[in-house]
Amino acid sequence: MGASQTRSEHKHQHLADETGFSLEQVKNLHKRFQQLSGNEETISRELLDSVPALANNPIRKQIIEAFFDKRNQHHDEVGTCEEIGFEQFLMVMSHFRPPTLKTTVEEKEAMRREKLRFLFNMHDTDNDGTITLAEYRKVVEELLSKSGDIGQEAAKAIADAAMLEVASTNVPHMAPEDFYEGITFEHFEQILKGLEMETRMHIRFLDVGTTTMACGKSTS
Amino acid sequence: MCEPRAARRSAAGPPLTGFVCVLLLVCVSVASASLDVGNNETRRTAAAETAEDPHHPTNSTGLKKAFPVLALNYDYVRKPFEIALWILLALLMKLGFHIIPRVSNVVPESCLLIGVGLLVGGIIRAIREEAPVLNTELFFLYLLPPIILDAGYFLPIRAFTENMGTILVFAVVGTLWNAFFIGGMIFGVCQIEGAQLAGVDLLSCLLFGTIVSAVDPVAVLAVFEEIHINELLYILVFGESLLNDAVTVVLYHLFEEFSHAGTVTVADAFLGIACFFVVSLGGIMVGAIYGLLGAFTSRFTSHTRVIEPLFVFLYSYMAYLSAEVFHLSGIMSLIACGVTMRPYVEANVSHKSYTTIKYFMKMWSSVSETLIFIFLGVSTVAGPHAWNWTFVILTVVLCLVSRVLGVIGLTYIINKFRIVKLTKKDQFIMAYGGLRGAIAFSLGFLLTDDNEMKSMFLTAIITVIFFTVIVQGMTIRPLVELLAVKRKNESKGSINEEIHTQFLDHLLTGIEDVCGHYGHHHWKDKLNRFNKTYVKRWLIAGERSTEPQLISFYNKMEMKQAMMLVESGSAARPPTHASSVSMQNIQPRESARGRAIPSISKSREQEIRKVLRGHLQNTRQRLRSYSRHDLLVDPFEDHVSEVRFRKQRVEMERRMSHYLTVPANRQETPAVRKVCFEPEHRVYTYDDGESPRGRAAQPRPGPADGVSLVSESPPGLGARGPDQEQEVQEEKEEQEEQDQLKLSRCLSDPGPNHNKEEEE
Repeated sequence: MGASQTRSEHKHQHLADETGFSLEQVKNLHKRFQQLSGNEETISRELLDSVPALANNPIRKQIIEAFFDKRNQHHDEVGTCEEIGFEQFLMVMSHFRPPTLKTTVEEKEAMRREKLRFLFNMHDTDNDGTITLAEYRKVVEELLSKSGDIGQEAAKAIADAAMLEVASTNVPHMAPEDFYEGITFEHFEQILKGLEMETRMHIRFLDVGTTTMACGKSTS
Repeated sequence: MCEPRAARRSAAGPPLTGFVCVLLLVCVSVASASLDVGNNETRRTAAAETAEDPHHPTNSTGLKKAFPVLALNYDYVRKPFEIALWILLALLMKLGFHIIPRVSNVVPESCLLIGVGLLVGGIIRAIREEAPVLNTELFFLYLLPPIILDAGYFLPIRAFTENMGTILVFAVVGTLWNAFFIGGMIFGVCQIEGAQLAGVDLLSCLLFGTIVSAVDPVAVLAVFEEIHINELLYILVFGESLLNDAVTVVLYHLFEEFSHAGTVTVADAFLGIACFFVVSLGGIMVGAIYGLLGAFTSRFTSHTRVIEPLFVFLYSYMAYLSAEVFHLSGIMSLIACGVTMRPYVEANVSHKSYTTIKYFMKMWSSVSETLIFIFLGVSTVAGPHAWNWTFVILTVVLCLVSRVLGVIGLTYIINKFRIVKLTKKDQFIMAYGGLRGAIAFSLGFLLTDDNEMKSMFLTAIITVIFFTVIVQGMTIRPLVELLAVKRKNESKGSINEEIHTQFLDHLLTGIEDVCGHYGHHHWKDKLNRFNKTYVKRWLIAGERSTEPQLISFYNKMEMKQAMMLVESGSAARPPTHASSVSMQNIQPRESARGRAIPSISKSREQEIRKVLRGHLQNTRQRLRSYSRHDLLVDPFEDHVSEVRFRKQRVEMERRMSHYLTVPANRQETPAVRKVCFEPEHRVYTYDDGESPRGRAAQPRPGPADGVSLVSESPPGLGARGPDQEQEVQEEKEEQEEQDQLKLSRCLSDPGPNHNKEEEE
């Protein structure tokens, strides 16, 4: 018992160093992972799908896909997994860490780029390096998917306008024959510069265990 | 008076404006002074007349008074005249400052206004007359509400709620700390000092500490607005200044009661704490109730658009007054009312009412602020003063020290709970931005006269106010630049940012749910859903109630651009930042291959034309309403129609680019920065009053609008025959017609052309 405990502690420590979480946070997330997976080693899409709180989320599918996307694992692989282990789970979560007081300006820049990359991967489903108009339309449609038909009609117009805005900000002078292939990562960064991702895209990871929290998994 | 002359002269340039201002100053002060003199005289003459009256019958047979052609009856208009004169003076001063550029860059407006007030007060004093003083009723009932309403209505909600914890800690704990520290230290020093300060007891000191410790929203707004600091710092300092009103009110009443009673027990302390909760939560509730009432009322105003803005103002003012009746926090009530009302009112009112509300609020708050500072100056000269070096210097120093200590201490604690920590720079700006202002003065004025230290307190309060507003206000801008504090990034609305803000919200909520703990995003999401399912249905009229936020934002943006385009004139191109990117650069390339239109036979063409002409009248009627002149008469207040019209334009633009066969035609499409409305102008080529038959003729380049079609194509295309252009237009009309039919149903179900569109 003691040996396995120290082994998992080592593992946790190793993960903590790799992802930047604190040991406490890694432990808590591990507990949550156990809850979700039913003490198995891996979780699948169906398991995440069954989290009841996610039911009302319009972009639920994209969020779940992001967990299984190999691009978010920083191993320079592409494609998707069928199941993920704790390490991959943690890796995806690490994108949502906030900057601390000690983070330098360069680190903040790197953090921002990483978070934007995560968002970009969520939009760029065919992994060709650009967000095409069709993909962007899909994004807006999903966002408005809870709003019925009004949403669907407007989604196209909104996506078109958004794409036009990106194009005209980044490539102001295109001849009429030119075709704007899609939003590249650089353009994506440029257009979302004002949002300050490193301070907005984060959630609070607790240092204290939340054992009283409901498991969040359906009991069916 | 000398005003007509002054008005004519003021066109002549800044030095003359300055001279005019001084002239006006003198006139005003003489006027308000002489009014009193005149008043005395009329009283005297009235007395004389009543004495004469018994004698009158004896003289009745004597001389008869001539019929007065021109008579002077100043008393009749005296009060409104004075008020109007004061306001006019204030505004002319404000005008003057902005014409003289160098001064307004260095000195913040508030300082200049206080200076003017001092000057006017001095002049009035020199004439040995009674000056109007910033008495409490005038300030709290008339001058303060517009400023607070303006601030509350336009409060950036997202930043406010994200930092709510920090703001509350600073407002409550910070103010308490300030009050007790300043009060306690002054008491201590007074005991040591002896001499004339020994009469100051602890409760009076604490009362004084309360009055002088509250950060003032008016002063903060006046100074921070000019330095354009980043949103986080602005909302922290400003939010604190708003929320500390509850603490100030409670402490003030508490200490005032006690200083009459003389002793304090523990039970009183607990009652005080209970009172705090009642005051703040009660104020918020009152405000929320009035806000919901206002929102509900605005649901039914679609037929009486003209009075819509009034509802906003009246409900808010009633909220403030109602809260003041029960000694609840009027400021918090006003803020709660504005915040609650705003999303629903904005969804319900017309665009013009929205603009009116915005401008009237800004106007009133601007006037109020100006008047407050001027009166502050006047009251300084007029008020009873008792200068005591020790006391005053001590107060100023203690205010600074306690603010700095408070900010540092609280930030240390708060940073443990914040995700985005507050840096040292932030702390410095927060400490330095803790300005005191007119609220402190009015509260001091409110002190009952049997408090013998009142004059001394008032003097000290005024000194602190002057110090913070003038010294700190003047130096904060160079300091901000020196420390390179992050400024507000002036970004126009960007549809991408809005999309991603929403996307992020959902993403973070989702991740929080996966993580399993109910954080900030989870509750916000719950609140939004509650709002959407229950509240919006009651408070928003018509189909706007189900409109998602992204669509509202998009519509607002499109409307703004439409307005801009209409205003910038029909023939002019969109202004400088136009890029040559248009929809066709973005449409998927593959459809370009299949774009060749099968050639249309002549008879078919005739058919099309006939059909189109039948519908053309309708089109023309509707489109004409969008001409620059008719925009003032508003047939199109109904937002839904505007949406439809806009979509029409969008669709038309896209179809145009699809159906043009000759590659060179594409250059016909004018450069537009966004999906917008250049085609709108091109449509104006159809002359009014022209018979449909005669339309078969070419689009004539007659009216200026018509020129846009022909002249915008590059010269190389000038050789295009009229037939081709006509065909283009016919196609356009056809699409237009189809679009009309389509879009008349577009909001409920996709029209018949939906599939056709899909394949492109």
